[in-house]
Amino acid sequence: MPVLRDIVRKVTAKNAGPFQVTIDVFCGTPEAFGRVVPALRNDAVAALFGVEPGVLRRFDIADLHVVKFSMPRPVVQGSRGDRDMHGAQLATLLEELVI
Amino acid sequence: MTTTILVPSGVLGLGFSQAALDRGVAQGCDAIAIDGGSTDSGPHSLGTGLSKYSRAVCKAEWRALMLARARLGVPLIIGTAGTSGTDSAVDWMYDITAELAAELGQQVRVTRLYSGQSAEAVADRLAAGRVSPLSPAPEIDAERLRAMAHIVALAGAEQVQAALETGADIIIAGRTTDTAIIAALPLARGEHPGACWHGAKIAECGALCSTHPGSGVIRVTFDQTGFEVEPMAPEAACTPHTVSAHMLYENSDPFRLFEPGGHLDVTRARYHALDARRVRVEGSEWVPGPYSVKLEGARLAGYQTMLLAILREARYVANAQSWADKLVATLGERVSGQLGLAPADFSIEIRLIGVNAALGALETRASQPAEVGALCLITAQTQDLADEIGRLANPYMLHMPLTEDEPLPTFAFPYSPAQTSRGAVFEFALNHVMALDSPMEAFRVQISEVGPDARVA
Repeated sequence: MPVLRDIVRKVTAKNAGPFQVTIDVFCGTPEAFGRVVPALRNDAVAALFGVEPGVLRRFDIADLHVVKFSMPRPVVQGSRGDRDMHGAQLATLLEELVI
Repeated sequence: MTTTILVPSGVLGLGFSQAALDRGVAQGCDAIAIDGGSTDSGPHSLGTGLSKYSRAVCKAEWRALMLARARLGVPLIIGTAGTSGTDSAVDWMYDITAELAAELGQQVRVTRLYSGQSAEAVADRLAAGRVSPLSPAPEIDAERLRAMAHIVALAGAEQVQAALETGADIIIAGRTTDTAIIAALPLARGEHPGACWHGAKIAECGALCSTHPGSGVIRVTFDQTGFEVEPMAPEAACTPHTVSAHMLYENSDPFRLFEPGGHLDVTRARYHALDARRVRVEGSEWVPGPYSVKLEGARLAGYQTMLLAILREARYVANAQSWADKLVATLGERVSGQLGLAPADFSIEIRLIGVNAALGALETRASQPAEVGALCLITAQTQDLADEIGRLANPYMLHMPLTEDEPLPTFAFPYSPAQTSRGAVFEFALNHVMALDSPMEAFRVQISEVGPDARVA
């Protein structure tokens, strides 16, 4: 079974301020974008990051072949339970999602 | 009219190509603008007011920018000075500027724009219904506000314009939005508002909107209908793709960007390649709204001590989580019993490096590593207490067995002493906006003349 990383150019994650994280899936081609958009289900993505599906925001940006997800950080940046100050390693969870 | 801003890099202290800067200076501009910080590296800078970047590096880069400014005779603007943009961080940057002015023999007018907020002033506005939460937002009240180490408000274009109006050669601004320092001058000169904010967002990280992010310098020109962006390093190129993709970066919404007094909407923006390395953008819209500024605050969350032990023996590697759970439970009992602390007065956490230290409960992969690092983080209300708990934890981190009927193991401590005092730890405690009747009512400017004939105005 392929994982997302096998299909797309790259996946990045970054804080969008201390309270939000945003994850960009750069598909690279219209074909990959066309395959990824229906394959990435919002409920599965929300479960992966431990957030309620209702707080997940999604942007399918055809011009850039990008699928973008934004959500509240699982833990506020830098608070005692935070494990990743910049939130960048969260991208790996999505990269390794079976498609 | 057109207005050109030169952006040397995404932040002072990160480095830029001197050749690219020289090229930008040769082409000319109406102002040089650079960011001095962000919340990116966590709440510590805002909590302490200290720069995360080296003073020597910042001074060397600022010297290059002060020389560029002097050659062009245009304003030089830094926003969010000293990483956090607290008043003390602004003064830190001012001291560097004054030293350089004397060393370079430059007589310059320096205007400081302060963004620091007193807890009382914010509490008064909270009581008046002028402070509103964003989502998600921590709970606040007057007492919580008073407990914050620092509170800053993010200045927008209006406050930077007020600093420009003082006739400043150099503006050292406290916390500002990343975009305001770039958008302020073209907005003041009547360029297209949507273009001003959009171009500012594209240029705010320097060459990150180009094919060579590390090259630093970007030149952005605003006019009555749009903006044009060009990297100054010859090997770098801006393409419609690199420019439009930058709206994704650190933005939870790639089409809208909220600023004091309204928001930018780029839904209808069109990106057009002028040539192989320059892009023109039109169609961005500025949507005016109520005037409010975002607040940031950091509050002390305790003091930390850390220990690191490395487990290499296969049985301990395989059972690292059980070992860590037992260790945390054992240490909790010892701290309560021997130090007399209530559970609410301390916390002990062990993160298993090699297992799930980065992702915790979200981790989806399981594998058998050769070794596991056990990072023990101890938090208490004073450093002495956190250190004392660390000393109590030390022999357990070194020797605790999985079961009682086996020889005591000895794990690897990578250095001596095994424990490290981490000092104060802070947490972000505000995600709110504050409504203002006039942009300058929560900000202050101070004008100084510095240089060989220094005198304070």
